[in-house]
Amino acid sequence: MTTLEPATDAAQDNLAALESEAIHIFREVAGEFDRPVILFSGGKDSTLLLHLAIKAFWPAPVPFPLLHVDTGHNFDEVIEFRDRVVERHGLRLVVAKVQDWIDDGRLEERADGMRNPLQTTPLLDTISENKFDAVFGGGRRDEERARAKERIFSLRNAFGQWEPRRQRPELWNLYNGRHRPGEQVRVFPLSNWTEADVWNYIAREKVELPSIYYAHQREVYLRDGMLLAEGPWGGSRPGEEVRELTVRYRTVGDGSCTGAIESTATTVEDVIAEVSASRLTERGATRADDRMSEAAMEDRKREGYF
Amino acid sequence: MSSLLRLATAGSVDDGKSTLVGRLLYDTKSVLADQLDAVTRASVDKGLSTPDLSLLVDGLRSEREQGITIDVAYRYFATPKRSFVLADTPGHVQYTRNTVTGASTAQLAVLLVDARKGVIEQTRRHAAVLALLGVPQLVLAVNKIDLVDYDEATFTVIAKEFASHAETLGYPQGSVLAIPVSALEGDNVATRSERTPWYSGPSLLEHLEDVPVAPDPHDSALRFPVQYVIRPRTPEYPDYRGYAGQIAAGTVRPGDEIVVLPQGIRSRVERIDTADGPLEEAGAGTSVTLLLADDIDISRGDLIAAADAPPRITDEITGTLCWLSSKPLKAGARVLVKHGARTVQALAGELHARFDEQALSSVDAPATLELNDIGLVTLRLAEELGVDDYGVSPRTGAFLVIDPKDGDTLAAGLVGERFS
Repeated sequence: MTTLEPATDAAQDNLAALESEAIHIFREVAGEFDRPVILFSGGKDSTLLLHLAIKAFWPAPVPFPLLHVDTGHNFDEVIEFRDRVVERHGLRLVVAKVQDWIDDGRLEERADGMRNPLQTTPLLDTISENKFDAVFGGGRRDEERARAKERIFSLRNAFGQWEPRRQRPELWNLYNGRHRPGEQVRVFPLSNWTEADVWNYIAREKVELPSIYYAHQREVYLRDGMLLAEGPWGGSRPGEEVRELTVRYRTVGDGSCTGAIESTATTVEDVIAEVSASRLTERGATRADDRMSEAAMEDRKREGYF
Repeated sequence: MSSLLRLATAGSVDDGKSTLVGRLLYDTKSVLADQLDAVTRASVDKGLSTPDLSLLVDGLRSEREQGITIDVAYRYFATPKRSFVLADTPGHVQYTRNTVTGASTAQLAVLLVDARKGVIEQTRRHAAVLALLGVPQLVLAVNKIDLVDYDEATFTVIAKEFASHAETLGYPQGSVLAIPVSALEGDNVATRSERTPWYSGPSLLEHLEDVPVAPDPHDSALRFPVQYVIRPRTPEYPDYRGYAGQIAAGTVRPGDEIVVLPQGIRSRVERIDTADGPLEEAGAGTSVTLLLADDIDISRGDLIAAADAPPRITDEITGTLCWLSSKPLKAGARVLVKHGARTVQALAGELHARFDEQALSSVDAPATLELNDIGLVTLRLAEELGVDDYGVSPRTGAFLVIDPKDGDTLAAGLVGERFS
């Protein structure tokens, strides 16, 4: 959960076991479902997810499209990375733009401008329009205590809702993907990975990530203890001083609520060293949406979010 | 030594499992400042003077409201010696199915008892489930030892009673380690306590770091359920036909003679492929793609096995079911059986016996199996399967029983006449 050390031989064995488990999960879904889709934001977890999917079906192409719920508040570098990856691997990308839902009145912009909480409706609408029956997400159980309760195959009802008290038992590596029409299964191949495993695997496999994960110069201002950047989501208010700092991001999310950290880490190895010394979790450090209440993640999952 | 230990907790409600897990996370410095801040704030709100460590793990709103664990949570922590994946399971009788969930992949289980109450009904139930699932290592954590004034005699009585129970369940003498702990105070959790000078064994964490893990069954015969057929049909790979799956047991090398079941067609492994290139050898747990010497019609659900040691092919399974649903099982019920990558229709035949985990005896010919019952049942299958006894090869001896109507998982199944 916390200590990130350079991977030893034993840790490499552990990564190999995690990789085999994730590949098994991808193939199981390909075998059991009609219309799976991979949720892809361009962040490190979904990039890793795609990397593992490519390995699971090699030398055949990945038999699923990608789905990006675009808040409209993205970092340019991430969108550019997303499109480049899709192009390189010949994948199909479905984009659900939150802005479209706001424009036609199905959603209303929040007073605080945050669009992360608005993603759920476009996600659920797009899942049902495309009749997706299995949706891969990059969620890890070490991220948050409500996520620690999540099964690898997580049945959602026809409203996309998670019912934590009614989860199916998950036994051995026998995943039960049965569902009724309208129901869907969320699938989490990275469930048993920790942040340390993710970074060590990225280092081992030389997985390319969006440049914002590494140190760069950016104009930022301090709000609620987070370094926020200017963008389509707004910018600094009077009294919030904008400064150019050397920063990087630990997670990639909606620009309105994802903060940068001051960092000089320019390589994967630098990042591993930096994160291992941090006393904050990746979400606790830079994600305002998880701070809204004690059960923020659980409540969003119950609504249909990942 | 293996770098990773998968463990599960078990025990009755209110015996302090979540506090113990919270303590393990806290003492291994697996809790970061923002997580501890959140717990400290919530504890102050509840009027507590010290952080309630159970709040680190009880992740659901209703769990925190009721102060109990409802569902399995998976936790990750590490020491310089080893990494751990811990399944923290609920203690309530109604959630025994979650204990089965947590224990099905565990190499070690920590069973908690309250030092004031000793071995109770739920302790015996959980021990029986752990024995049934073949969890190889058991630790009895006699918790709340502070509430009996660190009394040696109390601990010894409980440890002895449990050791004899475990032996009846099939755990060899001396294979269960009992440790006196106080999860609340931290005694004997990460470090040995001065308040139990009469206890000379390791702390719980020391034991978890040093306990040998049973090796993967590499010496058993090859079992490879075909998950997916890889046929690229691309200009680069026009004729590629690979069988993708995760090796369930044994080892595979190019040249090995194999048999494809249930058809019974024999062939030879030509190549073991991965995205990183071909392998000279692959063992249990590895996800690979096999290419065979002959062009055979093989699809998802087929089983590739060592030609000289195949599993038995059968259209009838007699096995132990842990019934996990509130819908009872009666003879004649139509169900689905998921075994490896194959799901087949099945009909429940005879209910031979129900195991009474309190009396450690069995009741003949029960009318039904109810939630949390463990019983010996025969299932008639619409198609043949290649199965092994669970005790010989857990991955090809395990199966799910599924409700064809709503897809719910009804039971965990283990092939073999264990309670006959």
